[in-house]
Amino acid sequence: MAETINVTLKVWKQESTEHKGQIETIKADNIPTSASFLEMLDIVNETLIAEGKDVIHFDHDCREGICGACSLNINGVAHGIEQAVTTCQLHMRSFSNGDTIWIEPFRAKAFPVLKDLMVDRSAMDRVIQAGGFVDIRTGSAVDANSLPIEKELADAAFAAAACIGCGACVAACKNASAMLFVSAKAAHLNNLPQGQAEKKKRVLGMVAQMDAEGFGNCSNQYECEAVCPKEISVDNIAKLNRDYLSSSIKEGVQTI
Amino acid sequence: MSICFSFFTSSIGRKIVVAVSGLLLFLFCLIHLSGNMLIFVGQEAFNDYAYMLHHLLHGALVWIARVGLLALIVAHVLATVSLVIENKTAREPYHFQKTVRATLSSKLMPLSGLMVLAFIIFHVLHFTVRLDALGTNDPSYKLGDGHFDAWQMVVDGFANHWVSVFYLVSVFLLGLHLKHGFASLFQTLGLSSNKTRKHFEVASVLLSLLIFVGFASIPILVGFVGIYR
Repeated sequence: MAETINVTLKVWKQESTEHKGQIETIKADNIPTSASFLEMLDIVNETLIAEGKDVIHFDHDCREGICGACSLNINGVAHGIEQAVTTCQLHMRSFSNGDTIWIEPFRAKAFPVLKDLMVDRSAMDRVIQAGGFVDIRTGSAVDANSLPIEKELADAAFAAAACIGCGACVAACKNASAMLFVSAKAAHLNNLPQGQAEKKKRVLGMVAQMDAEGFGNCSNQYECEAVCPKEISVDNIAKLNRDYLSSSIKEGVQTI
Repeated sequence: MSICFSFFTSSIGRKIVVAVSGLLLFLFCLIHLSGNMLIFVGQEAFNDYAYMLHHLLHGALVWIARVGLLALIVAHVLATVSLVIENKTAREPYHFQKTVRATLSSKLMPLSGLMVLAFIIFHVLHFTVRLDALGTNDPSYKLGDGHFDAWQMVVDGFANHWVSVFYLVSVFLLGLHLKHGFASLFQTLGLSSNKTRKHFEVASVLLSLLIFVGFASIPILVGFVGIYR
């Protein structure tokens, strides 16, 4: 028989974007400590369904920590206090019997709540559409070393590309700044030769879209790096700042 | 010039304005502090330095510096206020609030900044404008050669303990402001990396301590201890 715990959930319930939400208290009894956080919510929802009540709505997909669909601000921390994991990889063994767990959606003006804990993160998709891609046909995998890339740059690009776009950085930032996400997506391509041709257009476009979406401004507290499930480095933010300055100067010189 | 407009209205562009103006204001603090330390060298050294500042470039330098500093403060404050207003409206607060690694100094930036601004206004009225009400406009501050006795004005200026307390609190907040601000500006200007960020943070702690201890020594020694009374 697996070990079980009883916890009290303080869950954000909101009918729709237009409605006002509030915190509701829901009991979660006999939760196996081996359950993931999302499985715990599944168990609670089964009980709610049996009682004829409305379930807790939340985002999820792969449940193996790679898709970026799950969200949740757990006890004030995006994806919970465990380091370098998404909510689906957080397990109930991280909690104790009798704990009160606060569960809120990822909050940002740019992430409107759809229902309960589900938020609309398409603002991030629009930032990608503003330049987070390469227009050239890259074709199939090239022969090794036919396109030389310095090891350190390749590593930096790879580390930045690990971003799964979950939005935890935005949720963790007191200003709801998307700088870690935007800088990772820009650095992924800006570090590589394939990304050079459109670097200026990409940097100016993505930053302009980020500002237009209503994300706040980075104040260098690095809360984003602390909660990122993929441990994206704030080095990328420094790089984006640098690239934005140089791209603006280049654009200015070219338009004179 | 649309790029010029979009740069100075963008999030990163305004942050770069804050970083550059902040760096220049920080450098001014260091120069100001080194000049202030002459108060412990003696009355003559301090007054000679004050006389030199007011007469370099036929008296133009002091006005160039005043206009430049005012422009830097206006740029620093306007850009920051516009950024902070956006930040406050960018999201609703959480019911359960928690931070993982944000420092106290970083959380207090807007507050410490506004307090320092209020201090700068008082400080200018106190020792530059010399408002009659603040007691630093005594016509007897004249040396034998007719030059202004800035040293005596400062000593008398800190005779009031409430004034000294206000200076002490203000330079503490200035130190706190610089502790986050100095390290932060290298990130905003894109000059820091994982290798160098720690070094900038250590340098920031040391420099803000230097600024705090240096400026605090005057209200403490001249004001509370009263070494010149």
